[in-house]
Amino acid sequence: MEGTAVLGRLNWHVAEVADIWPETDRVKTLALDVQDWTGHRAGQHVDVRLTADDGYQAQRSYSIASPAGGPRVELTVERIDDGEVSPYLTQDAHAGDRFELRGPVGGYFVWDPDPGGPVLLVGGGSGIVPLMAMVRQRATNHDAVPTRLLYSARSWADVIYRDELERYRKRGDGLEIVFTLTRDRPPDWTGYSRRVDRGLLSEVAPADLALTFVCGPTPFVEAVAEALVALGHEPSRIKTERFGPTGG
Amino acid sequence: MPIISRGFKGRRRDDAPRDRVPPGQYVTDDFPVLSAGPTPHTPLDQWDFTIGGEVDERHRWTWDEFRALPSETITVDISCVTKWTKLDTVWEGVPVDTLLEGIETSGEYLTAFCDGGYTTNLPLADVTGGKAWIAFAYDGEPLEPEHGGPARLLVPHLYFWKSAKWVRGLRLTETDEPGFWESNGYHIYGDPWKEQRYWGD
Repeated sequence: MEGTAVLGRLNWHVAEVADIWPETDRVKTLALDVQDWTGHRAGQHVDVRLTADDGYQAQRSYSIASPAGGPRVELTVERIDDGEVSPYLTQDAHAGDRFELRGPVGGYFVWDPDPGGPVLLVGGGSGIVPLMAMVRQRATNHDAVPTRLLYSARSWADVIYRDELERYRKRGDGLEIVFTLTRDRPPDWTGYSRRVDRGLLSEVAPADLALTFVCGPTPFVEAVAEALVALGHEPSRIKTERFGPTGG
Repeated sequence: MPIISRGFKGRRRDDAPRDRVPPGQYVTDDFPVLSAGPTPHTPLDQWDFTIGGEVDERHRWTWDEFRALPSETITVDISCVTKWTKLDTVWEGVPVDTLLEGIETSGEYLTAFCDGGYTTNLPLADVTGGKAWIAFAYDGEPLEPEHGGPARLLVPHLYFWKSAKWVRGLRLTETDEPGFWESNGYHIYGDPWKEQRYWGD
């Protein structure tokens, strides 16, 4: 994998909140106007830095949800109740507010339009965010790579980007979307209703899988990656990104 | 002049001594896991540790030989480039000095290589003189696979990606050869006190 095209220093940019909207009860997307933004690749993340009026600062990393080339950088943020930065971004920030941002960061967990075979994206909870950037990138670029998205959420109400994913599902352009709801299901639910395990992956993962991206909380990522290896998929073709449970 | 984020107060921890928390970091009590791929599981009877590259001769230890070496208990603060710092972590490991004892090398750098294909690069001077260990226990228990077990490099004075999980050996080199994250946007050296997170920092 080639390194990301970051040649100079990753400078802090001023980001202004242009728009903000809820995705679920706990999750919001912030659309940002970023001064001098030079672009990114789907799957990369940014560092956000907030500064209090007495100079105190806090930094956290967030995945970019928007595809490359868009007018704005979108971050989808889940509120961590005892967190420091996510409560501010999801509850206090309004359009017109400004903070600092630098990136894009990470040259590894990025969309590859030509991996030589089918791609599997496996997201748990807010781990969908960098995968959604890839789904959107694929649609924007009209990439033909057969892609399956397996998205595990607690309930239908916890599914981020639900309407947009439903639209993608109906497009019939080689993207298949499979949901599993681990806690609560709608009464007419016909999808999977258990945690992602080896059996579920054996049904969902194509045998000739070229590349898998897994993102979610650590236990989820561990379980998915181990099951894929146990099913015979090549470890070096399984890329993982983990969302720690720490004070985001 | 930094941009003030209207209404941001932060959640400062009074118990976090400022001289132990590098810039841009926050203190956590958790032990988050970060890695780029599946967790490898190498059986101990197939595990070995080698020192090779620019050395007079390649040295190899089986697990039993490695565990028979004198080890130390180390209490250190660790800082991950993803912003968390964990204070007073307790490890047991073999000093890298012990492994390098008696080895002649013309190399001034090294690449730590690991199960799963991960690599990271370090100056030799950063793993000698009591600054690095091959750790096999954390908090009194054998190191769990997701935290790098059976053994990981421990270089606490650098960002924690340098403390390579599932380490299987050191390859001495004459030049500083970027490892996995170092080739993917992260700093070649990674000093948390200088906030050397990314290329150009």
